[in-house]
Amino acid sequence: MATAIEIFKHLPKKNCGDCKFPTCLAFAMQLANNKAKLDDCPHLSEAGRNALASSSAPPIRLIRIGSGKSVVDMGDETELYRHDKRFFHPAAFALRISDDLNEDELHKRLSYLRSLRFERVGQVLKMDLLELECRSGNAENFASFVKKVASETELPLVLRAGDAGVLSAAASLVKDRHPLLHGAEANVKEMCAVAKGLALPLVVGADDLNALADAVETARKEGVEDIVLDPRPNDLKELLERCTIIRRSAIRKTYRGLGYPIYLSIPTGRDGMLMASTAVMKYGSLLSFEELPASNALPLMVLRQNIYTDPQVPIQVKPDLYPVNNPGPEAPLLFTTNFSLTFFTVMSDLEKSKVPVWLQVVDTEGLSVLTAYSAGKLTAESVKNALQATGAMERSKMGVLVIPGMVARMAVKLNEATGLEIVVGPKESSGLPKFLKS
Amino acid sequence: MEVPVPKEKWTGSIGEMELGATPEKGGSRSPLRLGGNKGLPFLSFEDPAKRTVALAGFVADSLEDVPLPVRKAFGEAVNDPVRWAVAWKEKGADLICLHLTSTNPEERDASPEEAADTVMAVMKAIELPLIVYGSGHPEKDAKVLEKVGEAAKGERLLLGQAEEGGYKSIAAAAMANGHAVIGFSNLDINLAKQIVILLTDYGVGRGDVMIDPLMAALGMGLEYSYSVNERIRISALSGDAMLQVPMICDCVSAWKAREASDEVPNAGDTLERGIWWESTTALAALLSGADILVLGHPEAMMIARDAVNGFRGEA
Repeated sequence: MATAIEIFKHLPKKNCGDCKFPTCLAFAMQLANNKAKLDDCPHLSEAGRNALASSSAPPIRLIRIGSGKSVVDMGDETELYRHDKRFFHPAAFALRISDDLNEDELHKRLSYLRSLRFERVGQVLKMDLLELECRSGNAENFASFVKKVASETELPLVLRAGDAGVLSAAASLVKDRHPLLHGAEANVKEMCAVAKGLALPLVVGADDLNALADAVETARKEGVEDIVLDPRPNDLKELLERCTIIRRSAIRKTYRGLGYPIYLSIPTGRDGMLMASTAVMKYGSLLSFEELPASNALPLMVLRQNIYTDPQVPIQVKPDLYPVNNPGPEAPLLFTTNFSLTFFTVMSDLEKSKVPVWLQVVDTEGLSVLTAYSAGKLTAESVKNALQATGAMERSKMGVLVIPGMVARMAVKLNEATGLEIVVGPKESSGLPKFLKS
Repeated sequence: MEVPVPKEKWTGSIGEMELGATPEKGGSRSPLRLGGNKGLPFLSFEDPAKRTVALAGFVADSLEDVPLPVRKAFGEAVNDPVRWAVAWKEKGADLICLHLTSTNPEERDASPEEAADTVMAVMKAIELPLIVYGSGHPEKDAKVLEKVGEAAKGERLLLGQAEEGGYKSIAAAAMANGHAVIGFSNLDINLAKQIVILLTDYGVGRGDVMIDPLMAALGMGLEYSYSVNERIRISALSGDAMLQVPMICDCVSAWKAREASDEVPNAGDTLERGIWWESTTALAALLSGADILVLGHPEAMMIARDAVNGFRGEA
């Protein structure tokens, strides 16, 4: 939103009070704070309304693909750097399937896509969309292919064809799935007519940003508002720089014409993986993969999970009893918090020690040991409850609980609460291997 | 339509640093020049100077903490730090990051003299600049790095690592012999600044400090490092003099992630995945501001090299 003074310039300056605020300037200030609506002013000129409506639009348009529960949202981002607030809509991953595949190959491809599904710290990592590409050049062929695939998957779809007629025929069959249309390098105006006619979002592409801005302008003149950009980078440098310029132009408002999500076609091989990883960190919204080897998929999905974590809400691991190095009943019991970073560090140091232990993870709402203790989220009571919930004291019969050195002062209360002998461990996780060996 | 290029208006730049020294300057090799950047990583429209990121090959003189896939990649050579370093040179490393873990008082407890001999043997075998770490035991490291510093006087090593709780002996070892020093901090921009202040207050020149803000690996807190690094770089470019120093990011810790070295159903070949685990960590370090990457697996170094060349538009 613009500042109050910028808004004020477009108001009628009559101070009539019809908006329920005493002056136009007061109204402008309310508008700037999102506490009033433009429509509250009955005297606003058409030009003023347009100027204000466009300046109050989000810097990057929200585009939704799919229908029902199976949707992908892209855009509506507000930051250049994730530490300033957060990145909102994780880059969506699409696998491309073309209509020249036979039945057998198609099913192999679909089941491969479904196999790329991993559970990690309580979240499911998976592929988000299917991109269906016309390579046959045949409208009927493509249409029946699209219909068939659509009946076999609930995933949101991207339809890609170089010919407007071919794209239109297929898209109208699955219109209610609200697919994204990609006209490859075809005529923008023709593709716009298709997108407008079916009320579907459209990818607009060009080989450089100036041409891309022109294409977007054309699309908007043709009445298409739901636009996704394809900046067609040839290499890593172009990808990083074009995506950065697009995002900065929108957020810094230096140029408003490119405020849309970014689509990227990812080539095969090492270069593709590097481009995809870069796009995940640097503003890509939809990555369409020609191929995505399984060994690349997990690192890429974890990168996406990491980058799109809300910096204010730490990733939490499941509060549970974790066996480390195959412990038996004679192994000692330790506890830590469910803050992922703490957990991963402790886990890796415990594994390094090669000493069998039981690790109880206590729910501290994702706070680290000392922070949780200070905030009252880590108490003798909560540790006891966690141990009881997992039956930890039946699994480890040693009768000893090793506690983090940072919270040594909990020792007495913990002893009273659990009846276990309390041993104060090292302050830093890195001291665990040495501590456990001795 | 001409899209205006939105440049951030930076007022600061990253200081320059040389590692390794020529004979004229008391060393025996051609130096690497790092730093000097005036914009965010690899944005040529913001900073036309080509960005140098140096890739350091990880070498240790004992194998306790060396990830198995890294050992396997170098075969027999890992039993001899000299052969291991030579192998890295053949694989295109810009410099060597030598961990003198044999000096660990709880393991082999090699003497500072032995450690210094190892360093000199590596320096004699290859003409690359060197980063040298002790074993992570502050008291022993003080003695080890003092000896190493003296033995390699004038060679301009990069000595690791100074921490808030113990930095004086390593700072002294660096100052007395013309070396640079790594200031380590634990995932926090203020602590990163603090260690630079402590070192410079103690007398180390700001041009002799490199920071290590701890590169947390993919899936192990990478997002914290990515943002801490990015904030450090932005603060430096915005004029915070104490953060205007180059940054080193160690990516070898990626192999500690379970997903990098264990079988995972449907997640493909484990070694291939592990290599990408390290490479993806490296890529996040590159884009958030690293000037030196320390890498363990030679394939990961090749990928990181492709990435650097790609970002520079030289692929």
